[in-house]
Amino acid sequence: MHPKPAGLGTRLPKILSNAPKGHLYAVYTRNSPMIRYTCGRLSSLIISLIVASLVIFLVIEVIPGDPASFMLGINARADTLAALRTEMGLDQPMYIRYFHWVAGMLQWEFGTSWTYKTPVSELINDRIWVSLPLAIYALILSTLIAFPSGIYAASRRGRAGDVTVIGATQLGVALPNFWFAMILVLIFAIKLRWFSAGGFAGWDNPLLAIKSLTLPAIALALPQAAILARVMRSSLLDMLGEDFIRTARAKGLTRRQALWRHAVRNALIPVLTIIGLQFSFLLAGGIIIEQVFFLPGLGRLIFQSISARDLIVVESVVMLLVFTVIVVNFAVDLAYAAVDPRLRSRT
Amino acid sequence: MSLLSIKDYSLAIGDFKILHNIDVTVEPGQIVAITGESGSGKSMTALSVMGLLPDGAFAQGQIMLDGVDIGQTSESNLCKMRGNVMGMVFQEPMTALNPVKTIGDQVAETILIHQDTTKAEARKRAADILLRVGLKVAPSRYPHELSGGQRQRVVIAMAIAVRPKLLIADEPTTALDVTTQARILELLKDLVQDFGMGLLIITHDLAVVADIADEIVVMQKGKVVEAAATQDLLRDMQHPYTKALFEASSHKVALPERAHTTKLLEAKNIVRSYAMPRKALLGPRPTFKALNDVSFHIEHGERVGLVGESGCGKSTLTRAILGLERVQSGDIQLDGLPVFSGKKPNLDVRRRMQVVFQDPYSSFNPRHRVDRIITEPFHLLKSPPTGDERNAAIAKALKDVGLSEADKTKYIHEFSGGQRQRIAIARALIVEPELIIFDEAVSALDVSVRAQILDLIADLCRKRPLAYLFISHDLFVVRTVTDRVMVMQAGQIVEQGETEAVFSNPQHPYTRTLIAAAPKLPEITDAPLTV
Repeated sequence: MHPKPAGLGTRLPKILSNAPKGHLYAVYTRNSPMIRYTCGRLSSLIISLIVASLVIFLVIEVIPGDPASFMLGINARADTLAALRTEMGLDQPMYIRYFHWVAGMLQWEFGTSWTYKTPVSELINDRIWVSLPLAIYALILSTLIAFPSGIYAASRRGRAGDVTVIGATQLGVALPNFWFAMILVLIFAIKLRWFSAGGFAGWDNPLLAIKSLTLPAIALALPQAAILARVMRSSLLDMLGEDFIRTARAKGLTRRQALWRHAVRNALIPVLTIIGLQFSFLLAGGIIIEQVFFLPGLGRLIFQSISARDLIVVESVVMLLVFTVIVVNFAVDLAYAAVDPRLRSRT
Repeated sequence: MSLLSIKDYSLAIGDFKILHNIDVTVEPGQIVAITGESGSGKSMTALSVMGLLPDGAFAQGQIMLDGVDIGQTSESNLCKMRGNVMGMVFQEPMTALNPVKTIGDQVAETILIHQDTTKAEARKRAADILLRVGLKVAPSRYPHELSGGQRQRVVIAMAIAVRPKLLIADEPTTALDVTTQARILELLKDLVQDFGMGLLIITHDLAVVADIADEIVVMQKGKVVEAAATQDLLRDMQHPYTKALFEASSHKVALPERAHTTKLLEAKNIVRSYAMPRKALLGPRPTFKALNDVSFHIEHGERVGLVGESGCGKSTLTRAILGLERVQSGDIQLDGLPVFSGKKPNLDVRRRMQVVFQDPYSSFNPRHRVDRIITEPFHLLKSPPTGDERNAAIAKALKDVGLSEADKTKYIHEFSGGQRQRIAIARALIVEPELIIFDEAVSALDVSVRAQILDLIADLCRKRPLAYLFISHDLFVVRTVTDRVMVMQAGQIVEQGETEAVFSNPQHPYTRTLIAAAPKLPEITDAPLTV
């Protein structure tokens, strides 16, 4: 057998380990496992983004129907059509168009919407400042509801408090969020007149903006909180049955102390997973809530663009959502490692 | 006044009576061992003293510890006492520590709960205590970075951090290797002398008991059947159960003589390595050699033992022999046929080779009846028996292992641990293999059940020419059921030879260490009773 020539994998570290101290790679190899872990996650984030952009681009490409002929209608003259195709760059080879698209996105340039005739970036800018704050707001609310109720239920397993929380979460999981939305509108907007029934006030007055997002955020948060509370409860109960809780009790900790000091942090791993998944849902899945509350959000934009075959908008918004989801997952991965030292030693 | 006195204490959980009127006392500086088989109530006695009983427990009688009645005092007072007056060490060091906190912080926590001191001071003292229990790693390490023995030292450090008057150790060395076990027992003895604390040690291992205890308490089904000073008890056992227990622990089987024959299984220069996580992003993946150039053979009808500590490669070798895993290099053949052909195990070979695993509780599908479980290996046959022929095979296999034909329609939960292991053996026997691999097959069993299973194995050898590879960490068992033994360390076979010769005159230093570390039962002069 001939000796195999050393692959890049073996040569590169040697080359790089001769890098001067303080060089990025030197920092990477010599420092803490946390840095190594972060770099590992970061590289998988970049790969995910590249793969996702390719998939989105190709799917949009293979959808039948030429955008230019769609815009001009069926009676368009051939030379007009050709001119428009050139103008839109549709006559260029596919890989050129892909690189143009990606390069544009990196500069927050998504091209021009075919139906709105305005830059897609403007369309997104208007709406992302509704959808993103709404998702974050809902996530904060759902966490604030779920953590205490999950912990409370777990600490009183089988007793009245636990049964109440389980019952409430059962309802929360079963009832759709638009139903909550209608009930909230009925009570707080129509009866009590504390909030407006819909619309968005704009960020000129942040207080008003937050106020107009409050009812939608609650409606979005309640079902999510119910799921999260259940996960928190069952994860905590699993942890409370672990040997190290018995050890903690043998040290002299009370039940409550053992729960807070030893169980909660260990129970967070599955909870963080759910939070990461929920964020993605809250960002893009708020479309019904946006409709109920007349909010100009990304969900409505994407819905309208699909109806109008405005593929450039669809493509851009989907990519933006994918980007956000991947970044959130990256954050969740970092949170895992912050919570659990065992994960840091894996790369 | 005794440090701990349990008087006429009974315990029930729901309708199920666990302890019946037990009496145990521990003096300061004394080591008292509670021993008995599983279900005898040993651990519940320990948890009763800690005041850590499960919900729904109902206790009668009295437990006086350091002048306090544990049953009568408040939960908040119990919290003040736990860790402070009485500390506890548990069986499973791998799970007894919180995985997300550093070991230093976990030890410091005991100090912070019970003493008015600053965090920095508690950390400093925790570091001292970790040194005292012989742990030479930084307090900033996490439990997953430590071995089982090191973790057990951390658990001990937590339990003795504020020098309790009584230390309770529940099977503290059962999950550890023999050499580690010897060092942990040494440490416990040393701490008792140094601190003058009482030690209540709970173990099923009579050799450990005889080695460490000043006084022995023998329990059976929730009752104390005998309690006496160690020397007295060993010299003059009163209760038949005590005698039976000791007899079963030193149970020897009579293997039939074996004629030298031809090679059945032959392994040549096997290497199996696993890739480890990268140390650097693009660096090469370091490899761990689980099996490093292992060669051996087993003859027809030969009984071979394989001993070694955890992580030495025993399980990897089992998987390699069974063809469950590919090896990187080397060759394993059964009667000249490779166990692994192409990309999958060689079924012709697999039929002639069966395995019995350690855990009788999790190695069966609980939703299958016994007849379906034991006929599983039939899929290896070209024309599996059906109808009457199949029924006859089932009946024979069950009868061979001492069960009855009627058992074939039962589910696995209806059997005890020992019976389940018999079913596992029946499953292995039903295709009449030439080689059986017993992978720690008796390690999870109580001593009396273990003795019965060993007898069964010897009995099977008498009835048919059976070759087996008996893998175990228990040197005593290997010594009695094998003709030849191999000693494995770090993926290599460091010594092999006739069993008696290796045990009476070990050549390799590692073999000597292993044999020296294994706790020994004292010779019992009394005529042994039958179980």
